[in-house]
Amino acid sequence: MDKIIEFIQQPWPWWVAGPLIAYVMFSLLYYGKGFGVSTNFKTVCCMLGSCKVSDFFCFNWKDQIWNMTFIVGVIIGGFLSSHYLTPDLSVDISPNTVADLKAIGIANPGASYLPEEIFGAANIWSLRTWVFLLGGGFLVGFGTRYANGCTSGHAISGLSNLQWWSLVAVVGFFIGGLAMTHFILPYLIRL
Amino acid sequence: MKYVRFLIMGILFGIILSKGEIISWYRIQEMFRFQSFHMFGVIGSAVVFGIMTIQFIKRTKLKDYNGNPITVSTQEPGYARNLIGGTIFGLGWAVTGACPGPLFILVGHQGGMFIIAILGAVAGTFTYGIVHKYLAH
Repeated sequence: MDKIIEFIQQPWPWWVAGPLIAYVMFSLLYYGKGFGVSTNFKTVCCMLGSCKVSDFFCFNWKDQIWNMTFIVGVIIGGFLSSHYLTPDLSVDISPNTVADLKAIGIANPGASYLPEEIFGAANIWSLRTWVFLLGGGFLVGFGTRYANGCTSGHAISGLSNLQWWSLVAVVGFFIGGLAMTHFILPYLIRL
Repeated sequence: MKYVRFLIMGILFGIILSKGEIISWYRIQEMFRFQSFHMFGVIGSAVVFGIMTIQFIKRTKLKDYNGNPITVSTQEPGYARNLIGGTIFGLGWAVTGACPGPLFILVGHQGGMFIIAILGAVAGTFTYGIVHKYLAH
């Protein structure tokens, strides 16, 4: 038992996390549901009454209660992980990434899950924090609806189902991610 | 009560992505700099197991728990929507260090700051719903 707890408390290698994600997708399919997290943003818009301003939000949100419940579980899972399952929250990233991030102004890359100077609660009133969270979130919400899917719908479900259009979307994910990381982020961090 | 199983699946998904460090901003940076195999291994092995799962479902004509045939929904066709939409999402992914699943996980993991990002994502989705008639798909 101690061995199991010890294993769970360590960071999980990719060959544990990846197959388990496929298992979650299978569980949802088995219960008649499609794996897609970004749909919940659309459901929230619908529940808030956006149907009045755009037909795009006119659907029966009750069909998505299962997905909203899934999301509540996801938040609980994150809480349990950081409070009970991960005694050491440092992330063992590549020394090259550490050097690159130090060069653009991140003080302690890998010291915890996220850079404190950008996402730490102490910086809630800094412009940079709001650009990263609100602005970044906006792009995620807009882009996933435009492409009709995110990493779960396109990269995992779509590619697993060998769908051409999901591959096109994943190529888009990387065009955007590479452009941001290499050309825009070094300037955003200076805000 | 019929939703409890989805709550449990969500908890599992949240733990898997937390413990696999997929919710770490640093892991996403490492991926977009091609400096580690970790994220490619996660997504790659999920897809390999996913392909095997879906082939198994199709070949055995597996039924879901209600006895209905399992169908995997197909995505919308179109170069413009998938490439441009995908690129906009990719820009956001590299800034927040999180795709939609991890955005929610981080609310639980980090204690609330990521509610701001969820609000941003809802605002982005709302904006798309308003302007989508004018966009190329």
